[in-house]
Amino acid sequence: MERFTLSLPSAPCARADAAAALCGVVSSGNLEILVDRGSMADRCDIEVNTSAHGFRDTWEAVLTDAIARHAAGGLALAINDAGATPAVVSLRLDQALEALEDRA
Amino acid sequence: MSRLQRHSWFEADARARIAGLVDADSFRELCGPHERLTSPHLAVLDLPVAFDDGVVVGEATLDGRPVLVGAQQGEFNGGAVGEIHGAKLRGLFERARRTRPAAVLLAIDSGGVRLHEANAGLIAISELMRALLAARADGIPVYGLIGGSCGAFGGMGIVARLCDALVMSEEGRLGLSGPEVIETVKGVDEFDSKDRALVWRVTGGKLRRSLGDATTLVDDDIAAFRDAARSLLARPVPARDLAALDADQFALAQRAARHADARDGLDVWRALGLPDPTAIPMLDAADFNRLLAPLSPTEAA
Repeated sequence: MERFTLSLPSAPCARADAAAALCGVVSSGNLEILVDRGSMADRCDIEVNTSAHGFRDTWEAVLTDAIARHAAGGLALAINDAGATPAVVSLRLDQALEALEDRA
Repeated sequence: MSRLQRHSWFEADARARIAGLVDADSFRELCGPHERLTSPHLAVLDLPVAFDDGVVVGEATLDGRPVLVGAQQGEFNGGAVGEIHGAKLRGLFERARRTRPAAVLLAIDSGGVRLHEANAGLIAISELMRALLAARADGIPVYGLIGGSCGAFGGMGIVARLCDALVMSEEGRLGLSGPEVIETVKGVDEFDSKDRALVWRVTGGKLRRSLGDATTLVDDDIAAFRDAARSLLARPVPARDLAALDADQFALAQRAARHADARDGLDVWRALGLPDPTAIPMLDAADFNRLLAPLSPTEAA
């Protein structure tokens, strides 16, 4: 497993205080994203646990891109990954973050 | 209902199955993913963990009556039972003895013990069995639902048959050793696990219903599973005295003798005198149940 954490700037999420969600399932080529309340209103804290070694640069690019598309400030994301492709990761991030925005 | 309006149980994950099974918005998860009760064994092996360890447990209502619900996540390690996973289910049955719900509903989707966890997994599943039987002995009915891609095999196959009643779809499978295991140990002549049609004729819901292992056969539709669970909930708690056990044992012995030479579900359907056995795998649940009705006094209302 490769593990790392990131803290990325993002517009504040209106629902950050009540954030609690889980999306996706840990299975081959898939991942789960747990959404909780984060520590800073204008940043998104991200913890990645992935079975694929050596792809940190790709992860950072996909995460930065997704966080820029959404208001994810004040959220903490924890990811358990079993070898999902960047496209799948990106879709799951959209799914997790849009679910919060829909309920805003 | 048309196929287009159906929401497949097979395709849904554990949370979607629960959401469609119980009263809307009534489910309250216990030991949920935010508590991060993950497997210490998978972590030691440097393998991916899941925040819910592949099982969702909690309480809800069905038709307004309190129920406890557990649902295995077949996609995570084949729904296999590890130490945490098993402890969550065991805890569900122990809770049932305290809170006395109208039933415990168990959505099984599992190949059995999680082999990575070895003895801890085996102990977990035996504790689960003991807790399930203790809840039943306390008068709480336990109903199993099988319709996921992993079916119910190994220890979870045993757990399935410890339930008071089982709802299955044809897609769901029930057995002890899985087809690949049997082929590996006994050879392809014994069981060709690549022959998908054969695998389903031997382990699928229709054969299990025909043999009396499953109480109800439904289509692969979340609403159909819900309706079947509601029917089970509405009936009296099944008898579990010595006379009922003796009757079960007698029926099983008769069944074993009657179908001793069967090699295929087709042989069983022929022996039962059902017309056109080769057409049975393709029937929908309603047509199949009509066919079976004259033979099945144990069918739930």
